[in-house]
Amino acid sequence: MLAFFIGVGTVCAITTVLAVLMIIADATIANYGEVGITVNDEKKFESTGGKPLLSALKEHDIFIPSACGGRGSCGLCKVKVTSGAGDVLPTELPWLTDEEKEDQIRLSCQLKVKRDVSIYVPEELLNVKEYRTQVRSIRDLTPDIKEIVLALVEPAEIAFRAGQFIQFEIPPYELTDEPVYRAYSVASPPSHNDRLELQVRLVPYGICTTYIFKYLKEGDTVTVNGPYGEFYLRDSARDIVFIAGGTGMAPIKSIVHDMAEKQNSRKAEYFYGARSAQLLLSLDEMEELQGALPNFRFVPALSEPLSDDNWTGEKGLIIDVVNRRVQSGDNLEAYLCGSPAMIDACIEVLSAKGVPAELIFYDKFT
Amino acid sequence: MSEGIGLFAIFFAAIFTDNILLTNYLGMCSFLAVSREVKTSLGLGLAVIFVMASTSVLNWLVYYYILVPLDLTYLRFIVFIIVIASFVQIVEMIIERISDVLYAALGIFLPLITVNCAILGVTLFMVIRDYTLKAAFAYGLGSGLGWALAILAMAGIREKMARSRVPRGLEGAGITLIIAGIMALAFMGFSGMINLN
Repeated sequence: MLAFFIGVGTVCAITTVLAVLMIIADATIANYGEVGITVNDEKKFESTGGKPLLSALKEHDIFIPSACGGRGSCGLCKVKVTSGAGDVLPTELPWLTDEEKEDQIRLSCQLKVKRDVSIYVPEELLNVKEYRTQVRSIRDLTPDIKEIVLALVEPAEIAFRAGQFIQFEIPPYELTDEPVYRAYSVASPPSHNDRLELQVRLVPYGICTTYIFKYLKEGDTVTVNGPYGEFYLRDSARDIVFIAGGTGMAPIKSIVHDMAEKQNSRKAEYFYGARSAQLLLSLDEMEELQGALPNFRFVPALSEPLSDDNWTGEKGLIIDVVNRRVQSGDNLEAYLCGSPAMIDACIEVLSAKGVPAELIFYDKFT
Repeated sequence: MSEGIGLFAIFFAAIFTDNILLTNYLGMCSFLAVSREVKTSLGLGLAVIFVMASTSVLNWLVYYYILVPLDLTYLRFIVFIIVIASFVQIVEMIIERISDVLYAALGIFLPLITVNCAILGVTLFMVIRDYTLKAAFAYGLGSGLGWALAILAMAGIREKMARSRVPRGLEGAGITLIIAGIMALAFMGFSGMINLN
């Protein structure tokens, strides 16, 4: 019996001594005190030292896109660190190109903040937040496109520019072991700041769209983060041409909606292409907006109208319709959204008509 | 045999004739996983040398000053593991604190070898063979060097092998194990020189 107690007691004593040593080490050696993090030379905050930069930023509501949750296996959370970073760690090397190393780009989940650091993140990321939402409705727009409306729960409101996109978080399920993120443009206008309307086209075997089409139900909780993107209406006096195909409708619908609410009187023409009438998205809504905006014209075009579509509108590929109807590009500004092939073809046609390259804005859906 | 020669024999044998990795096949998991590049292997090898040399001394002290007097030698496994784990943790914190360069080269590998069985193996052999404190240190250091030598040789071979065609079914761990076997055979060539057992 005594031997038993001596045994247990000794192991406990050794463990305790070591544990105390560890606690002391943690409080002295690993204690870096408060460190300052300066973001883009303007915002500055204090954080407990010794933590990965990614988590320190997250605690202060700066969300750097990251798909693996800080394990150094996705390489997304890159940030420019101009001072206080130390050398690049071996765990960062596989993700950084020579150019990025030159440019002081670091993987924020691997870099521990041990002294004051100075970092640069794209301005738009400073507005990015994570939102908990609930699926309010799911509606079939066409056989392979669904409209998803997410009602914001926490935070309850979102501020974004018409045309921007959010990232949709897909939790682990049969096709993925870790959360993955996919970008979707917001189709609703910024004035509806308590919800996000998305248009999702089924990609065969796509991790995200399979999840949305097969598993997502009304009432489900969905986490999104955003907003992101440079695709929004620029302030100018030029006439506008919008061109979209398929779900490229989403961001442009948001922009036109926003224009209608602000009674924007710029002259605008929207060319929207689909194969047949059944595949045209948001037709009624666009016609309504045409009534509300005196200088806005909606031009839907079908490339392969069916006989019972009774289609009297424009026919042919959207690029040909644009080519026919747009005369001179001298006073134009263009916004394109759709497949990369469509966009590349449109850029070519618009450039030939004299639209300056820097005034052609586009959002390629890949 | 004077003590000096005895120590040198232990040290030498631990590197070559009784290489912990190639004769006992201990520490295989990190050996297989990290032997793809010479550079990272060197970092891991140095970390193993350091940890083996220090923990064999530490555990010698714990064993002969605490466990033996209290007649608790049957608890040696658990105690050795705890000592190794906390030692490695604290060393990692210190390295991270004092030098970014050292941390990048060495510190990053420390958590990997906390649970490396070769580390515990060295401690246990040292107890079984009744080494003195000096001998334990020589054995720990030698074993670490031997382990580092083996992983460096393997990394060198694997870097060369990256350009050769390995049968599909043998890619990765398979071919590495076969090479480790051939290396072990080669090391057997040293075995007539000194015998530790």
